[in-house]
Amino acid sequence: MRKARAQSLARWVFLAMTVAMIVPLIGIVVYLIWLGAPSLNWEFLVDIPRRGMREGGIWPAFVGTLYLVIISLAASAPIGILAAIYLNEYARDNWLNRLINLAVINLAGVPSIVHALFGLGAFVYAAKFGYSIISASLTLAIMTLPVIIASTREALASVPMAFREACWNVGATRWQTIRAVVLPNSVSGILTGVILQVSRAAGETAPIMFTGAVFFKAVRRGDLFPYELGDQCMALSMHLYTVSTQVPNVEESIPYATAVVLLATVLLVNVSAIAVRVWLRNRKKW
Amino acid sequence: MAAAKTIEVSDLRLAYGTREALHGISFDIERNEIFAIIGPAQSGKTSLLRCLNRTIDFVADASATGRILFDGEDVLRTRDVFSLRRRIGMVAPLPVGLPMSIYDNVAFAPRCSGLTGKDDLDTIVEKCLRQAALWDEVKDRLNHLGTALSGGQQQRLTIARALSHQPEVLCLDEFSIAIDPVTTMRIEDVLKELRNEMTIILVTNLVQQARRLANRTMFLWKGEIVELGPTDVVFSGQPRDRRTHDYVHGIFG
Amino acid sequence: MNSSSLPGGGPARPRRSTVALLGERALELVIHISGVSAVIFVLAIFFFVFREAAPILFSADFSIREFLFSKEWYPTSAVNVRYGTWALTVGSVSVTALAMIIAVPFGLGAAIYISEFSGSKQRETLKIVIELLAAIPSVVWGFIGLTVMSRLIVKFTGAPVGVNLLNGGIILALMSIPIIVSIGEDALKAVPDSYREAAEALGATRWQMVYRVLLPAARNGLLAAVLLGVGRAVGETMAVLMATGHAVKIPHSPLDSVRTLTANIAAELGEAAAGSGHYRVLFLTGVLLFTITFVVNLTADIAIRGLRRK
Repeated sequence: MRKARAQSLARWVFLAMTVAMIVPLIGIVVYLIWLGAPSLNWEFLVDIPRRGMREGGIWPAFVGTLYLVIISLAASAPIGILAAIYLNEYARDNWLNRLINLAVINLAGVPSIVHALFGLGAFVYAAKFGYSIISASLTLAIMTLPVIIASTREALASVPMAFREACWNVGATRWQTIRAVVLPNSVSGILTGVILQVSRAAGETAPIMFTGAVFFKAVRRGDLFPYELGDQCMALSMHLYTVSTQVPNVEESIPYATAVVLLATVLLVNVSAIAVRVWLRNRKKW
Repeated sequence: MAAAKTIEVSDLRLAYGTREALHGISFDIERNEIFAIIGPAQSGKTSLLRCLNRTIDFVADASATGRILFDGEDVLRTRDVFSLRRRIGMVAPLPVGLPMSIYDNVAFAPRCSGLTGKDDLDTIVEKCLRQAALWDEVKDRLNHLGTALSGGQQQRLTIARALSHQPEVLCLDEFSIAIDPVTTMRIEDVLKELRNEMTIILVTNLVQQARRLANRTMFLWKGEIVELGPTDVVFSGQPRDRRTHDYVHGIFG
Repeated sequence: MNSSSLPGGGPARPRRSTVALLGERALELVIHISGVSAVIFVLAIFFFVFREAAPILFSADFSIREFLFSKEWYPTSAVNVRYGTWALTVGSVSVTALAMIIAVPFGLGAAIYISEFSGSKQRETLKIVIELLAAIPSVVWGFIGLTVMSRLIVKFTGAPVGVNLLNGGIILALMSIPIIVSIGEDALKAVPDSYREAAEALGATRWQMVYRVLLPAARNGLLAAVLLGVGRAVGETMAVLMATGHAVKIPHSPLDSVRTLTANIAAELGEAAAGSGHYRVLFLTGVLLFTITFVVNLTADIAIRGLRRK
């Protein structure tokens, strides 16, 4: 009898610990939405900041984030996927490949501020791109690369070896095998990995703060193409930092609304990644 | 009249790292025969087959020396392994249906070789599925997934895949391990037919299967050839080597 | 026998076009290069960060000892420039330590619950929730620290200001928990079912099984989970920048303001003139951070690798 009680107690303790993390968080999110509500409307999204960002909207930051995310993933996704294909399908177990593995792990653990320093030293100064969207995007690309490599590798590795051997036995080359069997059956994992990095690229601040994102840039409201590659830009993550710490006398709901927009964007992207994963898992072919 | 040789193995030595798996074996295989290789597990039978179609290349620490002549060319030194694997086909022990339609399964190898015409592919698919005794069961659902078939059907599908690239030699590595006896018999009938068109190398743990099908049988044990000769001699009461007798009659193995 | 174009007989065979063959070769070359790129990028990061920092290492009045162990950080002083990062290091360590004190029990507790006590539907939901938690950007966490947490701290502790060590610690804990939960859960899942069945057969309750069998068996993976949490915490920038205040001082209580190595770089880099001593020292701090997180992550990976091999 006592055992059963202790058992039940353990279960409830652990459940309580789990819930203790989640419930406060929901409370926090509700609080943010509540305080941000006065500003949360369509106008907020498409309008530009006015009066030194004390009023108005966040459009240039929102579209700036779109630019940064799209360009950085256009760079890191292909390289990351190809690198993962190399590591999982071509590499033999020798010193070079152990080194590459070590490099990927190392790259994944670099703090975001160190990425910022790297971007500054390499892209802004050495490559002479200056403070620009291109510098900031490339910095984000290096940051997202290792995780894309890792998640793509996992997706490729989930395809059973027996399929590859069956292809080799009929004279298919490695690439023919990859194209016919391995890649089509890893798409869900690869896609999920890339989408998750989209949300990460959208949320990071430090790497772009010193390489191309600025406090303020004048654009037209609702303009979908306000920036050139060599321009500096505003970004949603940076904007949240700006309006919550650098702007005096800002109307209270604006920083909260900005936080809510950023959070909502990120969570939406992640939920869609999860949806992709579930949908494609149901269409599994073996 | 001497039978034409299609494969001549000379002093083949295979090592995995420091462990030697084949100790310098030499033998010939004649054209259009069914050549059985029998022996207990870990004798080197599968390793031998993998040397023939060079899939031994995929094993990291494997190194092979010696010579394997296939129609005059040394298999171990050939550069175009892909053509080699189309001329020497392989059927693995566990049935594998590729995760694509049945049609695509059989059309896979021809497509890899560059064949794209729909009519050509249709012909090949039907011919190979018929030869593998699978056509009647799947002809109305060629677009269904290969992985959805039963084990026996998947093994026949594998054979159809192997036939799709017109091999001159067909190797089967313990093909009946994972399938039911009825399908096994059907495939044995298929092999008897195929013999007219190609040479067949049959690695098997089932000594009776070798007896039923093979012209000549080779007993491989711990990486060495114990005996090689006409099947009826090998399985008789008096083969050349005592160990052959013991293995064939179930005294060890 | 079919007529043939091959020696020794055999049917005529289709051939792949040269275009296809060359294309495949080119693609495989690109793949190989991409594979090596990861190494190139890591080396590049170290190189470029070190490059900006290097000149000060060789300058006459710079001492590595002072850099690492002095707590006097006066980079902008006109008369007596001093670059001591000790207070910042203590800041980083104390925030991380506080975060881990909170995060490890809760994180491992949740990992145990998800792995051993929850039904499969519950497990799916919880895992999704944890994943979403992990996705929250650090600047949003910093904002939460600056606003919500700060108010709560002022209310419940009577401190004059809500941005301090305690704030940063709690925020960092919430940020590190997801990774501890997810790697920890992997570690527990990797323990073979036979261990669980054996314990059950001996009459152990679920809790006894967890405590006496699973935790010891999953030790390596759980350690890795904690280390990765530590790595995340030490490397975090924006959240601590916004939540811990701005004092470059060694803290004497959780309600003191601190600054971490990471936040310090973010706060001062904008004002440091390119090429100046201040600028270079900030880069040097970056090199220090790179090294610390490298060691932590490498250790964690070795622990996990030991886990996967089982």
